Amino acid sequence: MIPTIPQSRAFRAVYGGYVILFFIYLALPLTVVAVFAFNDSQFPSLPWEGFTWNWFFGDERPQIGVFHERGILRAVGTSAFVAACVAALSVFVGTTNAFLFNRYEFRGKGLLYVLMLLPLVIPGIVLGISILVFSSTLANGIWDIAQMDIEALRPGLLLVILGQFSFITTIATLVISARLQKFDRTLEEAALNLGADHLTAVRTITLPFLAPAIIGAVVVAFLMSFENFNTTLMLVGSDAPLTIAMFDRLKEGSTPLLNAVSLLLMLGSSLLALMAVLFQRRT
Amino acid sequence: MRNQSRIAFLLLLTPLVLWLGLLIIIPHIDMLLLSLRERISFGVYERSFVQYEKALTEPLYLRTFARTAVMSVLATVITLLIAFPVAYYIAKMAKGRLQQILFMLCLIPFYVSELVRTFGWMILLRETGIISNLLQWVGLADQPVELLYTDATMMVGLVYTSMLFMVVPLVTTLESLDDSVIEAGYDLGGSGLSVLREIIIPHAMPGIVAGCIVVFMLSLGNYLTPTMLGGKDSLWFTEMIYNQFIVRSNWELGAAFGFMLLVLSSVIVWGMLRLTGRTLKETMG
Repeated sequence: MIPTIPQSRAFRAVYGGYVILFFIYLALPLTVVAVFAFNDSQFPSLPWEGFTWNWFFGDERPQIGVFHERGILRAVGTSAFVAACVAALSVFVGTTNAFLFNRYEFRGKGLLYVLMLLPLVIPGIVLGISILVFSSTLANGIWDIAQMDIEALRPGLLLVILGQFSFITTIATLVISARLQKFDRTLEEAALNLGADHLTAVRTITLPFLAPAIIGAVVVAFLMSFENFNTTLMLVGSDAPLTIAMFDRLKEGSTPLLNAVSLLLMLGSSLLALMAVLFQRRT
Repeated sequence: MRNQSRIAFLLLLTPLVLWLGLLIIIPHIDMLLLSLRERISFGVYERSFVQYEKALTEPLYLRTFARTAVMSVLATVITLLIAFPVAYYIAKMAKGRLQQILFMLCLIPFYVSELVRTFGWMILLRETGIISNLLQWVGLADQPVELLYTDATMMVGLVYTSMLFMVVPLVTTLESLDDSVIEAGYDLGGSGLSVLREIIIPHAMPGIVAGCIVVFMLSLGNYLTPTMLGGKDSLWFTEMIYNQFIVRSNWELGAAFGFMLLVLSSVIVWGMLRLTGRTLKETMG
């Protein structure tokens, strides 16, 4: 079953047809979401009532567009803030992890490596509740001892950030490690021979080499944080990120406003992903 | 110099230990302890297994638990069966530009939030949705058909959501299979089926295991798809965890549920690794 082995025409036609069907299945829900963002109707369903931009720019009831819907805009801001914090934290720890596992031999390294991988196989909702339980144990303990109420340990943005950070760090570590393994150590040694100290050598030689992976990890972390639902759901307080805000609206019934938000999300994340791919290809 | 290296080592070790300790290990131990607690009266608690007793004796809880496990396994198998021919096509049949384009097309839905994907399926499948309208238009139905809120719909959503995580590892492992090995298989008189069984599948095994583990995990821990596409009386285990924690504030029972889900996923992942003689490090790292 490779092109050099002759196959009957019927077989090739069926196989090709199957692959085409698969890609239709893949594209169908996304296409439908995008198309109905432009339907001039109260509901994202047939019949088609004509084309409109109102779900983006409309400023009158009932068709208030995304850009005039304050709740949605605020949620986008919250998501962007959370994603930026998560990306910064997880890429920082990911980088230190990569150096640690790449450069040092120590007792318990294998065990630590497996522990580092674990967040990938813990369901997101379990990560969420375990952090919720622990932070509330801490908060209650501090209250019992010092009669102080630490608001930050109750569900809210800090916990959302920590919850997402807890598993996105693993992914950042893997992305950065993969590139660090390809680094030629003699380059660093050359810098040392030329009189640079360790830190300078790493800063001027190794980190620039790692830059594509670090930027790739930032983009991946940002996107994963932006679309995370399960972990966030358990830790969210009064400021809801976008996915949670949209979920709450969806439960009340959907309007093409949600299609418009979704379409913008698709465009935004594809653009970001494309940028990351192009950047990595260039280097 | 040696001292400096030691300091550097400790500086690199600290973030890792803080992250794993404070956000992964201690919280899970705390969750386990909470699940082993029984409220006797206001502010008075005792260690006991009563939460697990409740979880294992109440038929609704047990049924949901088993159902979630079975449906997740089923979703994993279906995803594998659908993805394998496609991955093979991308890796071995398509060449050059087409290969790259097809691979990129597989990646796009992954960058779109799960909520949007599920929402798309709702628009397609609801009573006033596209497919219902299409069926009426063709004449296969004479009134609106509700396709949402069944197990089959939920399965479509689950498979869709995790498809990418099966396709990518499969494409990667299949690409590393040399065409000449397949040709040799045919030269030695193998049929298409025996080549598939004895050369292609064994070679793709690492990708199959990696894909199956990730897809199984994602299905088991999925909340959105079962809540939005599944029927009213077809609970998913994550929904029960959410209900105990957020709706009923019964954290002890919720923690027990969470721990049961964790054990279930660990056992199945461990089992799959054991069965194929691979380690977590090889599969995930």
